Amino acid sequence: MASIEQAERRAPWILLSPALTAVGLLLLVPLVFVLVYSFWLRSAVGGIDATFSFNNWAEVLGDRFYRDILLQTIKIALITTVVCALAGYPAAYFIARVKGVNRGFLLLLLMLPFWVSYIIRTMSWINILGVSGAVNSLLQAMGIVTDPIQMLYNETTVVLGLVHYLLPFMILNIYVSLDGIDTTLEDAAHSLGATRWQAFTEVTLPLSMPGLGAGALLCFVLGAGTYITPIILGGPRDAMFANLVFDAIITQLDWPLGAALSLALLVVLGTVVVVYNRFAGLGQLAKGLG
Amino acid sequence: MRKPTGFTWITLWTIFVYLFMFLPIGVVVLLSFNASQFGSFPMTGFSLQWFGELATNDAIIRAFQTSALLGILTAIISTTIGVLASLAMVRYDFPGKTTISTLLIAPILVPEVVLAVALLLFLQLMNVPKSFPLLLMGHVIFTLPFVVLVVQARLIGVRRDYEEAAMSLGASPIQTFFRVTLPLIMPAVMAGALFAFTISFDDITGTLFWKPGGVETVPTQIFAMLRNSISPEINALGTVMIVLTVGLPLLGLAVMRQVSARQGAQAGAPA
Repeated sequence: MASIEQAERRAPWILLSPALTAVGLLLLVPLVFVLVYSFWLRSAVGGIDATFSFNNWAEVLGDRFYRDILLQTIKIALITTVVCALAGYPAAYFIARVKGVNRGFLLLLLMLPFWVSYIIRTMSWINILGVSGAVNSLLQAMGIVTDPIQMLYNETTVVLGLVHYLLPFMILNIYVSLDGIDTTLEDAAHSLGATRWQAFTEVTLPLSMPGLGAGALLCFVLGAGTYITPIILGGPRDAMFANLVFDAIITQLDWPLGAALSLALLVVLGTVVVVYNRFAGLGQLAKGLG
Repeated sequence: MRKPTGFTWITLWTIFVYLFMFLPIGVVVLLSFNASQFGSFPMTGFSLQWFGELATNDAIIRAFQTSALLGILTAIISTTIGVLASLAMVRYDFPGKTTISTLLIAPILVPEVVLAVALLLFLQLMNVPKSFPLLLMGHVIFTLPFVVLVVQARLIGVRRDYEEAAMSLGASPIQTFFRVTLPLIMPAVMAGALFAFTISFDDITGTLFWKPGGVETVPTQIFAMLRNSISPEINALGTVMIVLTVGLPLLGLAVMRQVSARQGAQAGAPA
């Protein structure tokens, strides 16, 4: 009997070993190396000079250029998150309140954007807002403007692209929360004299906070980590922090600087995740994904 | 009871939100059939010529082959590892389970750019050059959490009695796994594999860091083509991608429904 018990105890670790090896070798150990790298220097010939130095960190933390772009990145991610929450909440509420086949259909539609490539969804806005896009052709056909207006390549279109990309995450997470709330609670509050709006703000909204929080976390972290959207929909002045990482690593081949930059991004976004985890727990995220 | 008028506004807003999500994608598909020389409005007529151009464009064909191979290998490896881990998480209790659970989803908690940099720098230090294997390792590590989450969610619904019955009748654990457990969890496995394939097929963030020069996947190919200007060819390529990444999962879903309905009917029939 003892050997069976032993086997039972070993079994989960045997099953887990490939996954844990992968996470360890391909994520954890590399992250430690990024830390080491960030204290090394780039040698004159473009290679790595393995001497200890604070130079990269002094540059990342001291240079106004990096700080401004970091603040700009946080600002764009915050605006995106707020817009997603305001736009997504009523839609999630609607889905949670419709019944039967319609709800299933709306949920299936909500899943579809996840399967349409991010780059296609991003570039699709060029067809809409570009100089020869849908809006300009419409304005010209109606005689409102004679020459097309350049609406693309600014901060607003970056936010627009990010909202388009992240809105389904927000709606889905809020929906998961709303779906778990007994609808009769709102009716009860109403019958006890609360207005519809009061019943919503006093009962439903607080109960749906976990979903709203999970959606906001995803929107913020994914939005702040992007570098494709600013390249496609932003102008030359709309670079975000991840663009700096990409330029340092791929264009300038300055890996130690790139390592320091990516760790700075990890620390900022990691802090948000840790704070979220303290208040809400990461389990809520799994609900929206599963 | 009459619905409050507030609900009418919510309905209208929801319609607007769905239009916002789908109209731009619809325009990509619409413009890919445009006969005009430029990838833009006005529509001058219906034409399939841009799809024809795609089929004769070697770079695009190669990108499709790379993406397909990468997606399939990622799906196989990630699903195998992920299913084993999910079995451990759902079927066993052991010390440190919460930590392990966080570790398994860690690759999506770390921003993809940071993950991309970390893996690239580490493997370069180990003298692994930018290459297809590096791409594959990268795709496996960031699809793994999604597979684990999807498979775990489905596994919870699979009953353990059948496995215990098989074991008590003398089947070895390995036999039990292949004869009983695996067929039972097949829908979860397929869902995980499909998910991994789609994520890998769509990925651009990590791929741009890891891909060797000259190798393109479909998304990086589109990205490179966008550097010039938007062309009808890009819209056509987008349409093909949409058909593949939306059509395949929908087909998979339909097939799975059919299969599980039939299995359900069989299981329900008296032996």
